[in-house]
Amino acid sequence: MPFITATAATQETYDVIVVGSGAGGGQTAYTLTMDGARVLMLEAGRHYDPVSETPMFQTPDMAPLRGIGTSDKPFGFYDATVDGGWQVPGEPYVQTSKEDSGRFDWWRARMLGGRTNHWGRISLRNGPYDFKPYSRDGLGFDWPISYEEMAPYYDKVELLVGVYGSNSGLENTPDSSPGCLLPPPKPKVSDLLVAARAAKLGIPVVPGHRAVLTQQLDWKNSQAKLHPGNPAAQKIIADDMQRRAACFWATPCGRGCSIRANYQSTTVHLPPALATGKLDIVTDAMVHEVTLGKDGRATGVGFIDRITRQQRHVTARVVVLAASACESVRILLNSKSTRFPHGLANSSGKVGKYIMDTVGSSLDGQVPLLESMPPHNEDAASGHQMYVPWWLYKDAAKLGFARGYHIEFGGGKGMPGLGTAAELEWLTGGSYGAKFKQDARRYYGSFVGFDGRGEMIPNEHSYCEIDPEVKDKWGIPVLRFHWKWSEHETRQAAHMQKTFGEIIEAMGGRVQGRVETDGAKAIAPGGSIIHEVGGAIMGADAKTSVTNSSCQTWDVDNLYLTDGAPFASNADKNPTLTIMANAWRASDRILERMRRKEL
Amino acid sequence: MDRRTTLKWIVAAAASAPSLGRFALAGQQPPPRPAARIARGYGTDPKLLDPNKPGALWPLTFTKRQRLAATALSDLIIPADDVSPSASAVGVVDFLDEWISAPYERQEGDRKLVLDGFKWLDRESVRRFSRPFAALAVAQQTAICDDICNAATAKPRFAQAAKFFARYRDLTAGGFYTTPQGRKDLQYVGNMPLSSFDGPPPEALRKAGLA
Repeated sequence: MPFITATAATQETYDVIVVGSGAGGGQTAYTLTMDGARVLMLEAGRHYDPVSETPMFQTPDMAPLRGIGTSDKPFGFYDATVDGGWQVPGEPYVQTSKEDSGRFDWWRARMLGGRTNHWGRISLRNGPYDFKPYSRDGLGFDWPISYEEMAPYYDKVELLVGVYGSNSGLENTPDSSPGCLLPPPKPKVSDLLVAARAAKLGIPVVPGHRAVLTQQLDWKNSQAKLHPGNPAAQKIIADDMQRRAACFWATPCGRGCSIRANYQSTTVHLPPALATGKLDIVTDAMVHEVTLGKDGRATGVGFIDRITRQQRHVTARVVVLAASACESVRILLNSKSTRFPHGLANSSGKVGKYIMDTVGSSLDGQVPLLESMPPHNEDAASGHQMYVPWWLYKDAAKLGFARGYHIEFGGGKGMPGLGTAAELEWLTGGSYGAKFKQDARRYYGSFVGFDGRGEMIPNEHSYCEIDPEVKDKWGIPVLRFHWKWSEHETRQAAHMQKTFGEIIEAMGGRVQGRVETDGAKAIAPGGSIIHEVGGAIMGADAKTSVTNSSCQTWDVDNLYLTDGAPFASNADKNPTLTIMANAWRASDRILERMRRKEL
Repeated sequence: MDRRTTLKWIVAAAASAPSLGRFALAGQQPPPRPAARIARGYGTDPKLLDPNKPGALWPLTFTKRQRLAATALSDLIIPADDVSPSASAVGVVDFLDEWISAPYERQEGDRKLVLDGFKWLDRESVRRFSRPFAALAVAQQTAICDDICNAATAKPRFAQAAKFFARYRDLTAGGFYTTPQGRKDLQYVGNMPLSSFDGPPPEALRKAGLA
C-alpha cells in the first residue's frame, strides 16, 4: 500500500516525514528508505505516472494550438508539467513590483515528482570555487562545506540517476570519478560548428552533462558503490536499473519519459524507494505548517487533504521539508508559535532571505553554412550535446562583474513547430507563395540559439515574506516577493549578449534582432529560469543562517531542509544535481543520528 | 513591440525541455514568459494523449465569408507545388480558426488582428478590383499582397495591414509545417526510435566546412 489516503497516514507511525516529491524529496526518501527508515512522503499535487501518461511520439498537429505554450501549460501542451506554472489557479502570490526589473515570478508544479518531470536534465557539478564564493571575492556567502565533502555525493547521484558527459579537466568544472559518467551523445553539425568557431575566440566547447541514459546503467558495478554493505538495497537498485531503458534518441525530454531513460523523481527515485516497502506516499496533501512540541522539537506536520478539504495532522521523529525553496520557506513562516512568533527556525530572521534565481539572457543567429543541410536525423539527446563552461576565471578583475556563466546552445532540424518558418521577413524580404516555400526549406535548421545561465549573488533586496492579507483557496497565507538585481547580474547579462554576438559572427552568421548592450534589458526577469534557491541558507553561524552544514535547522533539532532552500549561493551550474547530492548527504546525517538515537 | 518580444510570444515551446532553452528540438523556441492571467482554456491538466480536433475545446469563429478569405490568403502564402499541397488542403484554415478562437491572451490579440485584417483585405479588394479578396484572380491578390508582405518596407498607409500579413503568414506557415505533409516538405526525419544516434553524415559535415 505505498500510495495511501490522508486518513490512513494519520494512523501510522513514521521515522521521517518528507514534504515534497521532487529532486530533494525524492532523493531524501530514496536514501532514507534504502537504509531502512520508515518514511511518509507528502505531495501537494496529484499522483502522476510517467509510464502511462507521457505523450511520447505525439506531434504538434495532434495538440490544441499546435502544442504552443499557454497560461494553462506554459511550456507547451505536451510538457510534462500538469497543474503547474508561474500561476497556479487558486494559489496566488504577491509581487511588490510588476516591472521586469523588480519582479519575481514563482514557478510551481503541483504533481508527484514536481518539476523534475519536465526539467532540462542539465546536471553540472558546482566546483570548489562555488562553495567558497565569499572567500574568493568578498561577495555573498560561503557554504559551510567544501567541494571535497560534496564530491562523493555527486558521484553517487551520477551513478544512480545516470548522467552523460565527459571530464574536461577545466577550471572549477569538476571531473567525476572514473565510471560515474555515461558516454556523451554524438554532437550535431551545429554543435560542431559552434565548437570550431568559438575555439577561435578562446571559448571552450565541451560535451554537456545531462541526466539521460545514453546506455543502460552499469547496475552490476554500481549497486555496491551506491549501497556498500546493504545487500537488500543493492538488489532493489540493481533490479530497478535493469528496468530503465536507454535513450532511443527521439521525443523531447521535457515531456517526461515513459521508458525511464532520463531522470525524473517519478521514474528514478520513487520506484526503488517504494520497492523497499518502507515508503508511504500521500498525494493531494497541502502542507502548511510544521507542528512543534513542548520540548521544542518538531512533532509532525499539518496539511489539508485536497480531496476531502479536511485538515490533517501526521507525526514522525524527524521532519524534512523539500517542498521547493520558497514553498519550504512559506511553511516555516506560517508555522508560528510563542517560541517562534516570526516563523519556525527563524531566530536568525533569515528565513525568506536571499532568494536567488539564475541570470538568463538569450540571442539567436542565422548561419548560412547551416542552410539547406542534407536531411538527417538531428533529434539527438533532445539538447545540450555540448556546452560552454565559464572560461574567464582569470579575467575576473577586469570584467566589471563577479562570477560567471555557462552557455547552453542548440540548433538543427528539430521537429517542426509553430515557429519553424515564422519571422523570416528579415531574411526573405517578405516572400510568400512558391518563393516562401523555398525559403522555408532553405532556412529550416539554419538557426542557432544561445542561452546564458549565470550566477546571481544573493542580496538583501531579493526575499519573500508572508503577505499580511492574501490567502490561497485553502486559507493558507501566501508569499509576497521582493526582487532586485545588482549590477553584477545585469553587467553579466550584457556580457552574455556580446559573447553570443561574437560567436554568431565567428560562425559567419547574422544576429537575429540585435545584441542588447543594456544589461537591465538583456536579463530575464527573476524566476524566469526556474532555478529558485535560497531562502533558508546554510551557514557556520546560527545568527546569520537558518541551517547548519547538515541542512538541520539551528533552532529545531529534528527539522531538516533538503531542497534548494539551504543553498548559500547559486553558481551558474543548474541546481538540480546539487540539490540531489546535498539531499543524499543530509539524509546520511539523519540516518547516522537515528542510529545514535539522537532522533 | 520589438522583434524579440514578438518572437517570444508568437513562437512557443511546443516541444522544448525547459532549462534547455528554446533549442532542444525545434530550432527556434523562445522561453515562455509568465502569463499575466489565467484563461479558461483546456485547463492545467488536459488529456494529453487524446488527439485534438479544432472546435472541440472552444467554439470556432469564422463565418463563411471569413473562411473564404482565410482559404484564399493561406493558399496564396502556401500554394501547392511539386513537393507538397497547399495550406488549406491540409487543414490549416481549421487551425487558424481554432487559433483565433482560443480563450488565451495571445490568441485574443490575434483574433482582432486577423478579423480586422480580413475586413481590410476585402475593402481594399473592392476598392481596387470591385470584388472581395477571395473572388479575385491570383494576379490581383498578389498586387495587393505585394504592398503589405514586408512590414519593413511597406508604405505607412499599409502599416497595419502589413502587421496583419506578417502574423497571418507566420500562423499559416506554422500550421502547415506542423502537419505530416509539412514535415515531409522540410524533410524532417526524426521522431522515430533509433538503436543508436550516429551524428551527422559526412556530406553534412562537408557542407558546413567541418570535414
